[in-house]
Amino acid sequence: MTATTTVAGLASWRVARLVQRRTETPTAQTLILHVPGWPGHLPGQHVDVRLTAEDGYQAARSYSLAGPADGDRIALTVQRVPDGEVSSYLIDVYAEGYPVEVRGPLGGWFVWRPTESAPVLLVAGGSGVVPLMAMIRARRAAGSRVPFRLIYSVRTPADVCYADELRRRARDDQGLDVAYVYTREVPEGWRGEPHRIGLADVNTHGWPPELEPLCYVCGPTGFVETVADLLVGLGHANRRIRTERFGPTG
Amino acid sequence: MGIVSPGFQGRRRTGGPALPPGQYLTDDFPVLSAGPTPKVPLDTWEFVLSTEAGAEFRWTWPELTGLPQETPTVDIHCVTRWSKLGTRWQGVSLDTLLDGVDTAARYALAHSYGGYTTNLPLDDLRGGRAWVVHTYEDGPLPAEHGGPARLLVPHLYFWKSAKWVHGIRLLVDDQPGFWETAGYHDYGDPWREQRYQGD
Repeated sequence: MTATTTVAGLASWRVARLVQRRTETPTAQTLILHVPGWPGHLPGQHVDVRLTAEDGYQAARSYSLAGPADGDRIALTVQRVPDGEVSSYLIDVYAEGYPVEVRGPLGGWFVWRPTESAPVLLVAGGSGVVPLMAMIRARRAAGSRVPFRLIYSVRTPADVCYADELRRRARDDQGLDVAYVYTREVPEGWRGEPHRIGLADVNTHGWPPELEPLCYVCGPTGFVETVADLLVGLGHANRRIRTERFGPTG
Repeated sequence: MGIVSPGFQGRRRTGGPALPPGQYLTDDFPVLSAGPTPKVPLDTWEFVLSTEAGAEFRWTWPELTGLPQETPTVDIHCVTRWSKLGTRWQGVSLDTLLDGVDTAARYALAHSYGGYTTNLPLDDLRGGRAWVVHTYEDGPLPAEHGGPARLLVPHLYFWKSAKWVHGIRLLVDDQPGFWETAGYHDYGDPWREQRYQGD
């Protein structure tokens, strides 16, 4: 296994200011930040965001980058964490022009490079969709024709992040398939019951192991454990399965 | 001090032991790993210590659990910023495993079932500061947390405590492991906030 990352400038905190905010779901928002000197990043990487109070108290958390770099603008999608001191500030208080500090890009393993030619399976649980969406957007931006499949597990239809864009991309981005698994409540007219992701979902909507796809799995720990075990059980090689687990990070 | 974000209050902890800089306290036990969780059967499990001269020392599961056991209670600090206090483990001190091993090595590379590696100075594995543990709180260490056995080196960020540990190679020259190659710090002292290369 090898992995490399952009190390230059990684150690330094940069000032980032809010340019724009977009509501994705009742509990998630995308923040577009202006970060002068941003060095660029690969889809799948994340940043640390640091907040400082008047008295010097600081808190920092990690957030996935939601799209490919757009010059010195980056997009983060923030999921509200109950009692989360950083996420609740970013969603409720943080306003246009306000500064925060960011550092990154971070993480050199859970990344997709547009130069890769293997088919890609993305499996998202809840807000785990964010770094996978960055890969979908980067694929299109790079004009890649690598076949992509996304399996996206959510509680209810209202919890789907990037819902309109995913609908549009599934129609327009050639070679991108999107499948949903609903765990609590299905959309009207949906065939099938709410259920947790299982073998049939991964088998039906994934790739056969003979195609040697790259598999990216991101979500809460239990979800990632389940899906990674299913993929191994279906015959995918361990080294083709990359995982990122989302803990409660406030 | 950083740039003030207007209106940020934050939630300060009052009382209790200090945390390393940039860490927050959790009662959960989140998981950081790069791929699927390896399932390692105990009847074929072994721990292999190899020296720079090529000598090998091997312990099977019954042999490892038959060695003198220690029960460290330690604070752990993950590079993803959570800290968990007072975790209880049981296992074998690296001092016990290294006892009688003739080596001039200064570095160690821990390797795991599943292919994961991480590097540490050999000195950090000595002096009652590192263990191979197989029990967490009162039960067998769950696979997602590194069972059947993991390294426990709590004075460094927790990725250095290699899960699913299979062995340790003693090396004359430092050799970065998996996360270190991916951008994490070579040493990883939480109190000096050595998270990433260049820290």
